[in-house]
Amino acid sequence: MVEFFLTTVKPHFNFWVYVILMMIGLWSLIAKNNLIKKMMGLAIFQTSIILFYVSLGVKDGATIPVLESYGDYAEKSEKAEKAEPAGTEVIPPDTTPAPVVVNPADIYANPVPHVLMLTAIVVGVATLGVALALSEMIFKEFDTLEEDELLRKIKALHDDA
Amino acid sequence: MLEQLPALILLAPLFGALLIGVIGLQDRRVCFPIALTALVISLASAIGAGMRAFTDGPYNYFIGGWEEPLGIGIALRVDALNGVLLIAIAIVAVLAVIFTIRPSSEKDADKTAYFYILFLLLCVGLFGITITGDAFNLFVLIEVSALTSYGLVAIGTSRRCKMAAFHYLLMGTVGASFYLLGVGYLYLKTGSLNMQDINTILTTNATVAQSPGIVTAFILILVGIWIKMAFFPLYGWLPNAYSYSPSGSSCLLAPLMTKVSVYVMIRVMLSIFGLEWVFGHPGWSDLVVWLAVIAILAGSIMALAQREIKRMLCYLIVAEIGYMVGGAWLNDPNLWGLTGASYHIIADAMMTLCLFLFAGILFKFHGISAIADLGGMFKKMPLTSIGFIVGALAMIGVPPTCGFFSKFYLIRGGIEGGQWEYVAALLISSLVNAVLFFRIFEIAYFGKNPADGHSHDHGHDDHDSHGDDDHNDAVTTTAPALREAPVYALIPLLAAAALIILVGIFNGQIIELIRMAFENSTTVVSNLR
Repeated sequence: MVEFFLTTVKPHFNFWVYVILMMIGLWSLIAKNNLIKKMMGLAIFQTSIILFYVSLGVKDGATIPVLESYGDYAEKSEKAEKAEPAGTEVIPPDTTPAPVVVNPADIYANPVPHVLMLTAIVVGVATLGVALALSEMIFKEFDTLEEDELLRKIKALHDDA
Repeated sequence: MLEQLPALILLAPLFGALLIGVIGLQDRRVCFPIALTALVISLASAIGAGMRAFTDGPYNYFIGGWEEPLGIGIALRVDALNGVLLIAIAIVAVLAVIFTIRPSSEKDADKTAYFYILFLLLCVGLFGITITGDAFNLFVLIEVSALTSYGLVAIGTSRRCKMAAFHYLLMGTVGASFYLLGVGYLYLKTGSLNMQDINTILTTNATVAQSPGIVTAFILILVGIWIKMAFFPLYGWLPNAYSYSPSGSSCLLAPLMTKVSVYVMIRVMLSIFGLEWVFGHPGWSDLVVWLAVIAILAGSIMALAQREIKRMLCYLIVAEIGYMVGGAWLNDPNLWGLTGASYHIIADAMMTLCLFLFAGILFKFHGISAIADLGGMFKKMPLTSIGFIVGALAMIGVPPTCGFFSKFYLIRGGIEGGQWEYVAALLISSLVNAVLFFRIFEIAYFGKNPADGHSHDHGHDDHDSHGDDDHNDAVTTTAPALREAPVYALIPLLAAAALIILVGIFNGQIIELIRMAFENSTTVVSNLR
């Protein structure tokens, strides 16, 4: 058991957690009777996917993907290049030392999955907002959020008409 | 200017929606002109963008000049396949918006501005899904169209549409999430989100292409899209969502939402994974075609059991989805099946638009939703009936309507692929459609006219017909039963009927364009001609 944990679960811990969370979400989406609990299941389901994506960007010993000096350096050298051929103005010599060039991809965590997930979180919030609004309308209409009661009331509506 | 057309397709309805949000909320009379203008601009841009793709071949457009795959830019890609589809979507949207020019009741009139905002945003989502060249942006646009369609279903006055919208939301979100997860696995294995780029990596790097991660990605994406398109075992949300939504919404939702999802499936198979990869897995084609056969038969049988027009049409959509999925998955890969399925997307969009406009006219002006109430319709509403008959004949598959030609291509594909179960299912389904629609013809031609005296009571003694009481009462008290529909409702219906015949007559040209898209794709299809 311990060996299983160390060899199989530990190296992919995030992925195991995401699958378990996803199953919890799907289960409550299917099995729960209350609409709010279904929505909670939906939220857990979406969050598990966010966890999956964020795990993709992880690197051992990596730092936040914000370029500190590289951008300034590039901008200045670009300006210098542009200005030189004209030859009208004298450019003061660049006093800042040239940064040690490291391939940024090696020291930074992959930002792309995080950026994607910002969008997905917004989408998830919007979805939950719409779902909450709908459930409020349903409650006003039928005075309940339990699905079996709702179905019964809807069926009664059907027969009366 | 001309090279900006792909972006203009999206931007026109987007800014139209914003404009309605700013001034339409104060004055509801400006909503319709803005919406119509925005969609006409989209239509013109779609024709322009499509024409360029038809003559010069596929091309990319990067919004803001941020070229992928360096960052996550917004890449648009137009080829012959989605060029045709963009034009079709724009036409359907323009016709559907004309139908909504007058609200059906005072209650609806208060929501005019909100309705048009959602309507235009849904169009943005649909255009975006069709034109995007980026797998992740596709997810976002799927959600844009999905969220707006939940709103459009729930905006009605009927008591049950809220519950239908809620179920639709749960299913739709699960489907989109599965798609997102699949894209995650694709990104994990290829490090790219641009469709073309992923395709290049998969075709050049065999170890990546054969890895289980890519197979997982494909299956997750496929299941996600199947939920979105209501493929048979996953269709549960569709009948309620489409039959309880207000007429104006369902005329846009029913023809486009599921069809665009089918397009996404073909796009994923063609442009992301490549046809050779997809059909390189033995057994998949047979499995999916059998699922499609079950979908076709189940949809047709359930349609037979319905007593309401809209619900019957909803189950017919389930069967039609089976046609398209099966056609796209026919053995080999099969060019007849693929082009047939793509052509059927357009044909079915027109047929569904026509029939839902007909159902919408009946419900909006006469409060009729049951088939049994249609007695004497042909005599009282001749023009509406013409539109309906053309739509019904197309659904059955009578030449020269487009339904005949799409079935012809699909059946030809089934024969060439040697999948006879699919051919048989198509023929049985056509037969069932004939039974369904001739039953309506019979009632409408020979049936008694309910307008003589007791029209109001008649609507209520049929116990299966009225989910939407409050909605109904508002209509039936003002309108006597069965009278010719006003011009603004007849124009889109007859235009849709004309389009059904035009798409049928010009099937050769449309098929040629679609075929061009498949030939231009990176994959070489084995049995091209």
